[in-house]
Amino acid sequence: MSYLELRQVSKSYGSGATEVLALRDINLAVERGSLVAVMGPSGSGKSTLLTIAGSLEDPTSGDVVIDGASLQAMSRNDKARLRRRTIGYVFQDFNLLAGLTAVENVSLPLELDGFSARKAHAAGMAALEQVGIAERAGHYPDELSGGERQRVAIARAVVGERHLLLADEPSGALDSTNSEAVMRMILSACKQGAAAVVVTHDAQLASWADRVVFLRDGRVLDQTVLPPSPEALLEESSRPRR
Amino acid sequence: MSVRHALLALLSEGPKYGLQLRQEFEESTGEVWPLNVGQVYTTLQRLERDDLIESDDRGEEAGPQKAFRITEAGRTELDTWLSTPSDMTEPPRDELVIKVLAALRVPGVSVHDVIQVHRRYLVELMQQWTRLKEDEADFDVTFALVVDAELYRLDSVVRWLDTADGRLKRAALETPSGKPGPLIRRRLVARR
Repeated sequence: MSYLELRQVSKSYGSGATEVLALRDINLAVERGSLVAVMGPSGSGKSTLLTIAGSLEDPTSGDVVIDGASLQAMSRNDKARLRRRTIGYVFQDFNLLAGLTAVENVSLPLELDGFSARKAHAAGMAALEQVGIAERAGHYPDELSGGERQRVAIARAVVGERHLLLADEPSGALDSTNSEAVMRMILSACKQGAAAVVVTHDAQLASWADRVVFLRDGRVLDQTVLPPSPEALLEESSRPRR
Repeated sequence: MSVRHALLALLSEGPKYGLQLRQEFEESTGEVWPLNVGQVYTTLQRLERDDLIESDDRGEEAGPQKAFRITEAGRTELDTWLSTPSDMTEPPRDELVIKVLAALRVPGVSVHDVIQVHRRYLVELMQQWTRLKEDEADFDVTFALVVDAELYRLDSVVRWLDTADGRLKRAALETPSGKPGPLIRRRLVARR
């Protein structure tokens, strides 16, 4: 069963003559263990899709189902709990709190959810370990490089038992080596059982995904089919003609 | 791609046999560019004819038992090749570019559909190359370099398609007929 499902999701802003349709009849299903990329130009609706999938915004019509539970049927409190426990967000600009150290940033959602400070700290350290930056745990965001900050943001997104990872242009302004590291981390979270959606305009980032969905003007235009095994590329006969 | 210079580069490390050269060539390109034995020996014969390499016995046909080594002239040729930028002044006659330009002229054909068919195909190819990187690149740096080069090449085509898509959409908004306006048409003509 899909972990995340968008069913006939539409979103419009404004009304009457000034109504803008940001999303139209979007259907999208993401299993645990799989990484889906949503690719589209600015204004195609990809960020709106992500905020709706993450329950930060309600659709105008349609429904979002996470782990079998319909968001439509949930109270605000239930949604807030779902966000704290289940959903990890990674944004382009990291969104770390400047007054907190790396590990405090990572363990904050757990503390808010009622974990003891000690347990939250231990889980935070484990998550930092997972993204290879545990030695920087005591540093504040402004003491970290861009690449390190994004690692912390990913650790915060996967800390605890989060199974849904939502990332909006996660490589931001990072260079290609750091972008690749970010995608490797997201992929490794998927291999450990997370369902992940990455929205991006960058084909190189999108190509890390199991499936790429193309969004245009708020609609799903097309998607990639499961590619054959990569070994096929190395057999001369099956290589595309140049 | 210059097999000739790649072989000179391998011989700059020391004398080698033909079959060994073929194997090392394929290894050094992450086995992405297969090379047949015939190609290796023809290239070696030409290099020997041009005095860029020499073998133990100049009388014999090139065969598995013959070792080759690079000459002084060969080293000079190799250095010159490495330090001379490859000619990129002439844009290649790209079939995809021509296809998109042609689609603009064909009635009843949506150029955006043509663009998307190619975009999806390219991204699927990129997914396959990225898989290779995920599995093996950490262990073999030459292979990772080849895969990166391929990914950047495909990526640049996707970017061009994205730009074309956006540009044509804007142009259609400005000229309600949906066809490129006179200004754009003039530019396309001028570029031929």
